[in-house]
Amino acid sequence: MAITSDVLVIGGGLAGVTAAVSAAREGADVRLISHKHSTMQQASGLIDALGYLPPTGDDAELTPTAGRTGAMDQRATPEGPLPEPFAAVDRLPEGHPYRLVGAEALRSGLALFDEMVDSYHGAHTDRNALVPTFGGSVKPTARYPASVAGGLASDGAPMLVVGFRSLAAFDARQVAGQLRETGVPFSVAGRELTLPAGLADDMTPTRVAHALDRDERLDGTPARAALAALIEPHLDAVKGGAARVGLPACLGDERVEAVCEELSDRLGARVFEIPMGPPSLPGLRLSDRLYESLDEAGVRYETGNPVVGVETDADGRVDAVLVDRKGTEIPYGADGIVLATGGLVGKGLDSDREGVREPVLGCHVPHPAERYEWYVDDVFGDQPYARFGVATDERLRPLDAAGGVQFPNVHVAGATLGGADVAREKSASGVSLATGVVAGRQAAKVAATGVVG
Amino acid sequence: MNPPPDEEDSRAAPRPRVPPTEAVLSEPSLSDLDPVADAADRWGVTTTATDGGTSTQDSLDPDNYDAVDVFSGGALDLRDGSDSCYKCTSCNTSCPVAEVDDSFPGPKFQGPEQWRLKRKEDQDIDESIMSCSNCMRCDSACPSSVPLSQMHNEARGEYVAEQMSKLSREYVRNRILSNYRFFAGIGSKIPRVTNFITGLGVTRWAGEKLLGITSEREFPAFATETFRAWWQDRGGAAIENPDKRVAYFHGCYSNFNTPEVGKAMVRVFESFGYEVLVPPQKCSGTPMFANGMVADARRHAETNVRELVAAIGEGADVIASCTSCSLSLRQEYPELFDMNGIDDLAAHTYEGLEYLRIHEDLDGALAEAAADEDADSYAYHAPCHARNQGLARQALETFRQVDGMTIEDVGDSCSGISGTYGWKTEKYDYSMAIGEEMFDHMEAATGETGMTECPTCAMQMEHGTGYEVRHPLEVLAETIETAS
Repeated sequence: MAITSDVLVIGGGLAGVTAAVSAAREGADVRLISHKHSTMQQASGLIDALGYLPPTGDDAELTPTAGRTGAMDQRATPEGPLPEPFAAVDRLPEGHPYRLVGAEALRSGLALFDEMVDSYHGAHTDRNALVPTFGGSVKPTARYPASVAGGLASDGAPMLVVGFRSLAAFDARQVAGQLRETGVPFSVAGRELTLPAGLADDMTPTRVAHALDRDERLDGTPARAALAALIEPHLDAVKGGAARVGLPACLGDERVEAVCEELSDRLGARVFEIPMGPPSLPGLRLSDRLYESLDEAGVRYETGNPVVGVETDADGRVDAVLVDRKGTEIPYGADGIVLATGGLVGKGLDSDREGVREPVLGCHVPHPAERYEWYVDDVFGDQPYARFGVATDERLRPLDAAGGVQFPNVHVAGATLGGADVAREKSASGVSLATGVVAGRQAAKVAATGVVG
Repeated sequence: MNPPPDEEDSRAAPRPRVPPTEAVLSEPSLSDLDPVADAADRWGVTTTATDGGTSTQDSLDPDNYDAVDVFSGGALDLRDGSDSCYKCTSCNTSCPVAEVDDSFPGPKFQGPEQWRLKRKEDQDIDESIMSCSNCMRCDSACPSSVPLSQMHNEARGEYVAEQMSKLSREYVRNRILSNYRFFAGIGSKIPRVTNFITGLGVTRWAGEKLLGITSEREFPAFATETFRAWWQDRGGAAIENPDKRVAYFHGCYSNFNTPEVGKAMVRVFESFGYEVLVPPQKCSGTPMFANGMVADARRHAETNVRELVAAIGEGADVIASCTSCSLSLRQEYPELFDMNGIDDLAAHTYEGLEYLRIHEDLDGALAEAAADEDADSYAYHAPCHARNQGLARQALETFRQVDGMTIEDVGDSCSGISGTYGWKTEKYDYSMAIGEEMFDHMEAATGETGMTECPTCAMQMEHGTGYEVRHPLEVLAETIETAS
């Protein structure tokens, strides 16, 4: 078998990259494989750790199927936004990934992130920052891109929100209205503008970003100057004049900070980005940066082919996984394996009417046999399916139906893990970082010592 | 062991179609290229072109494969793929053409949306499908495994067969571009004369004015001796080894233009003890798929599948040095054609460096090697089609281990040429705009020699920077020789 490494990481999202770098820092020879581009590119680029504490199912009225039993009206709203993520970890339900690896692992994960990505803010404090979203809500988050920093809701500076009419997903007036509704401590107004001449009406956010990145001439005017001139007449829309201006997150790609700085200088007001849905420039930038750090850490990686099978020894130890290279199954051998293939969106978990599966290694995924127990009618309620995923021990090794370790040299990280409702908790990135660091270390340890038990 | 049959032996003047068992030994006939040939006849079907490119006329043996109607279920019905799309736009974000061509709606429209539009009614294919360069980056971008490039190939085949005028300049031009092998076969017979003629300003001017082939690019020079001629002079394989055998799919470009790549492949594989077979072969179909000439591609595929499957029967795995050729045999063939043995061929096909990394101790072989520090600094570009096979990092990982060698990745952008795309007058500026990022990164890299697996990416790299561009197998052959 020619393709071998000490540690093999399956999955190229935030958890996989974190695990790979973490294992490499322990001295392991690491290879990362990813079937497709990661869903990290579609994410907001914000690094949430823990923003809310949803009510747990201790109360009979709040059982997973409460929606259908009429208890929905009494459903307690999640506690939050939490001032900081760490203290609340112990109050999460048992089996939550944070409960397995502990608040210290979250700190380690964030610390590793800070080393990999130096363009983010938030490392100076344990406290959550409050970042405006393109829905007009305010999201508690632990780390955020520098380009987003100007928009923090804890700041009292008057804010103008600018949108582009052609960008239907972002309505500046709605964002501003919603922020006012939320009770933010500053005055805010929204204006919808037409893109500068020279950019087509239906221009995509990536195209706008690249025009600003390269400062392309649009009808003879450099793009940054053209955009500033467009916004300038509207600064007075906010009482007292706007001290900061928020735009949809398309203000550049590699050079976003320079673009923000130039726009700020021209307008005499801090220009910042409000994170968007896909195509998400902050997500794309973060992904680029993380892959650079993979390279810097000496991790070999490849994207394009799926893992379709697994070779185990008599003790259930995974000797190799089989990668389908366009019709040929090639074994990739490793001592320690990290499974970080994502959740239901990232296709690391699969489901149909019959059941829920982890399709890559076939790890056991606990879930009710009765499909009507998988969800509640209240869309934003305590959805059982949101917590579906692989259950593990404290070393993140997958557990079988009987509660025993299923694959002793496999460690699971990120959204593939069960037990967290990351959308309600605002904990997706933190879970990936905390479990990624632990899974990477554990896999490196298995590789170094040969001991899995 | 005797060298395998060589099509050069039996080149004859263009002649009418011959039964397929003999066709392999003939040059493509002029009748294959009649630009005004009736489309239905070309396709061998009368109703729809999106039958996966199967035809009834040119069949090898009708019992060996079945035509598949994509719209009534079966393996080529892609509606499931449409429903897998959750509109995350990852494909559009990854599309190099949509990035620079504001009129191109992007892969999400070309793929799942066009398939939905066509679901019930007799809806025409939108002409924008012809602006897709078939880089296939959308395939690896899609988190839901929507078969985007397959959808594009099907739609483009249907558009060309049913909606594009066979008298249009675009059709004639595209037919010529996609049948590069046909013209290269003729031109390479008198390489110096051909190179002289194609180098003339008037030739390029005429190409632009008459055909819409950009005059900005220099036509690639033909080698004075093709790879196959060299192979024949050499007496074929130098090593016989029934246990380690590979069949080399050299493709058109390393045969006619860069035989040094083919020779390097032979040197490297023989140094690892492999017996190299060079079966008769035609175009892999890559330029034909990109231009919707699916029937042409299928005709060539019949030869390739038959000959390569025969080599596999003799214990060989199939090795390509061009990553577009290997992608075609591995992915587009089984996606678009239904032929006997086609899945076996896909399963036995590899790119050269990929194969050695899997089956040999390449790290060990390179551990003893040393590079010349001044000479050996490379700016490496991973072709889009290599990316789709998971091969984007293999050259970097391999050569970084060589003492004294510097190799830098010039980024994950598309080179912009995409085979025939950048040769089209109306696409030339887009092609160069796409390539700009790669040119910048090449200039910024330490090395002043380019490296890539793809012959047309190499053209673009050279065109944009003036750098000499080498194939990893050439560098590997040299490097291994320093160690021994």
